[in-house]
Amino acid sequence: MSEQSSSEKIPVTVLTGYLGAGKTTLLNRILSEPHGKKYAVIVNEFGEIGIDNDLVVGADEEVFEMNNGCICCTVRGDLVRILDGLMRRKGKFDAIIVETTGLADPAPVAQTFFIDENVGRKTRLDAVVTVADAKWLNERLKDAPEAKNQIAFADVILINKTDLVSPDELSDVEARIRGINPYAKLHRTQRAKVPLDAVLGRNAFDLDRILDLEPDFLGGDDHDHHHHHEHDHGHDHGHDHGHAHAHAHGGLKHYHDEEMQSIALHIDKPLDPDKFFPWVQDLVQKEGPNILRCKGILAFKDDDQRFVFQGVHMILDGDHQRPWQAGEKRDSRVVFIGRNLPGKMITEGFEGCIAK
Amino acid sequence: MAASGSDTVSVVERTRPIVIDGGIVAAHFLGHTAAFVLGEEAIVIAPPDGEPRRVEAHDGAILDTVADDGRVVTAGDDGKIVATDGEGASKVLASDPKHRWIDHVALGPDGVVAWSAGKTAYVQAKDLRAFEAPSTVGGLAFFPKGLRLAIAHYNGATLWFPNAAGAAPEKLEWKGSHLGATVSPDGRFLVTTMQEPMLHGWRLVDRQHMRMSGYAARVTSLSWSAGGHWLASAGASQLVLWPFQSKDGPMSKTPRLLTPSGHRINVVACHPRTDVVAAGYDNGLVLLARIEDGAEILAKKPGEAPITALAWSGDGRQLAWGTESGEAGIVNLG
Repeated sequence: MSEQSSSEKIPVTVLTGYLGAGKTTLLNRILSEPHGKKYAVIVNEFGEIGIDNDLVVGADEEVFEMNNGCICCTVRGDLVRILDGLMRRKGKFDAIIVETTGLADPAPVAQTFFIDENVGRKTRLDAVVTVADAKWLNERLKDAPEAKNQIAFADVILINKTDLVSPDELSDVEARIRGINPYAKLHRTQRAKVPLDAVLGRNAFDLDRILDLEPDFLGGDDHDHHHHHEHDHGHDHGHDHGHAHAHAHGGLKHYHDEEMQSIALHIDKPLDPDKFFPWVQDLVQKEGPNILRCKGILAFKDDDQRFVFQGVHMILDGDHQRPWQAGEKRDSRVVFIGRNLPGKMITEGFEGCIAK
Repeated sequence: MAASGSDTVSVVERTRPIVIDGGIVAAHFLGHTAAFVLGEEAIVIAPPDGEPRRVEAHDGAILDTVADDGRVVTAGDDGKIVATDGEGASKVLASDPKHRWIDHVALGPDGVVAWSAGKTAYVQAKDLRAFEAPSTVGGLAFFPKGLRLAIAHYNGATLWFPNAAGAAPEKLEWKGSHLGATVSPDGRFLVTTMQEPMLHGWRLVDRQHMRMSGYAARVTSLSWSAGGHWLASAGASQLVLWPFQSKDGPMSKTPRLLTPSGHRINVVACHPRTDVVAAGYDNGLVLLARIEDGAEILAKKPGEAPITALAWSGDGRQLAWGTESGEAGIVNLG
C-alpha cells in the first residue's frame, strides 16, 4: 500500500564526469534557471564549493559491499542514510541531484536504488548524466578507467567545452564516445549550457519508458532526433583489436573501443521464457562484473505482453510492460554495455532462447 | 489472513484519535503523556486530559529520536540534539559546530546522551568525549549498566568505554554494513540490523556469531520483550521473535512467527510488562499478539498510510500509534 507509483516518487539525477569536466557548472546552471522548482543537492564532501542552494547535503561516497558473496554488488551507504533523511522533508523539494566525485563509479549509486527497498519505494533513479570535457576526454579514456565507466554507464552525455576544440576534434571525441556507448543521448555544450529537460526528467530507468533500443545518432545539431537506421551491432567484438580503430561510415567516424563495447542483438522469432530467464541470470552471474548495463524488450511465445528488463552488473529488474499492439512487430532486442564482453558467447546464448 | 477477521477481539473503539499535521516517525510516552515525533521540526505532546500541542524542536528534519520516562531526545539535520519534556519545554542539549546532520542519538544509564554525526560518535558525560568510527556510524546503543556504548558501522561494531581513557575500544567484526544496534537487557548480546534483510548478533562473552535472516526487507524496528526473553523484529509479513531465554540466545534455533498476513510489518513494540507485542503494518493495521499462543487483538484497522510509530506507556495500559501521513491515536487498554 505504501508503494508509491513512479510519478509520486522523487526523481534522483546523478551527475558524473571526470575532474574539471564541468559538473559543478551544470549543477549551478540547473539550480539557477528560472524553473520554479526546488532541488535537494547531494554533493561530495571534497568537491568544488560554490553551490547556491538551500538544501545542500555533503556526502562522503562510502561504497559498501553487500554481504551476499557478490563482489560487484555494492551500494552507496551514505546515500541510503541521506535519502532516508531527505525523505522526511518531502514536500520541501521536487527532485534530488547527486553530484559524484570525478573518480566515482556510477554503478554503486544506481544499485542503491535497486537493492535498498526503503530508498526504492520513495525515490527513483531518473538518469545518469555524464559531463565530458571535449578537449581532454580522449586522454582520460586512455589513462582513467573511471572516465570510461562514466561514459559507458551514462544515459545522457554532455560533451562540454566544445569551444576549446576544432570541429574535427569534436567529431573524433563523439566517435570515441559512440564506440563505448551508442545509446546515450549526446549534447554538445559550452559552459554546460543545455535545456534542463535534456538532463532532468529523463525516466531512463523506468521500465515503462523502454521504448526502443536504437542507438542515438547525433547529427549536426543537438536535437533528440531518431534516425531509424537499421544498424546491426550484433557482430562479434571478440576478436583481438590491436588498437581502437576508426572507419568512415556515412561521414561519421566509428571507433571500436578495445576494452568497453556494447553488444546489441535482435531476434525476430518468439523466445521461450523458460530458456531466456535462466540464460540471462546465469550470464549476469558470470559476467556481471564486466556488464555495466543491459536492457531488453522481449517477445515471448504465447505471450501477448511485451516484456522489458534492465540491469546494472548482476542486478536485473524486469516486468511485463504492455500488450503488443496490433500490427506491431513482435521481435526481441537486447543491449549489453560492458568491458571485454564475450560477444560470441552472448550471441549464441541469446539465439539459444528461441522457442521451439 | 488471521488479522482482521470478524472474530478477532478488537480494542479499536477505545482509541482516542489525535490530529497531527505532518508525517510521524516515532512515538514515546512521558509518564501518561504521549509524544509523537514528526519527520520535520516538531513533536506533538498529547497529555491524558488536555489538548495535543505542537512543540517546535528542530529547524529541519528529525533524523532520530529516543526517550526515557521524562523527556524525548531528538537529533536533527540542523545539527542539534534537543530534549523535550512532557510539559512541552524543550532545550538544546548540544549543537554540532559545523551544523552537520545528527544521524543517531541514544540514551544511557543516568540519562547520559550519545549521538553521532557522520563517522564521529559523541558521549556527553562529565565532559564531551568523541570516537572516530572507521565509517559512518549506522547506529548507537548503550549497555544497560556502566558507561559503555555499542557503535554499529561498516564491517562490524565497536564497543566503546568513553570514560576509560586509554582503554582500546573493542572491535566486533562481521562483513557488511551495520545500520542499527541494540543491546539485550541483560547486556550479554549485541544485535545489529544490516543493509541486507537480516540481523547479526554477537554473544559478547565469547564473540560467537548469530545470523538471523529470512526477512523480506531491511529490518528497521526491533524491540525486546519484558525481561528480554524475546527480540521482536519488523521487516517480514509475520512478527519474527528470536528467543533469547537461554545462554545461547537464538543460536541454532528458529524464531517464533506470529500474526501471518499479506502485509509487511514496519514497526514493533513489546509490552513493558507482559509477553505481548504490538505490530504496526504497512497497510495501517495494528495488532497485539500474545507471544505464548499467538492470540491476536485488533488495535487499529487497516487504513491508507503505513504505521510508522508505536509506543507503550510505562504501565502498559496505553498504546500510541502513528502513521506516515500523520494519523495518530492512543488506545486505552485500561
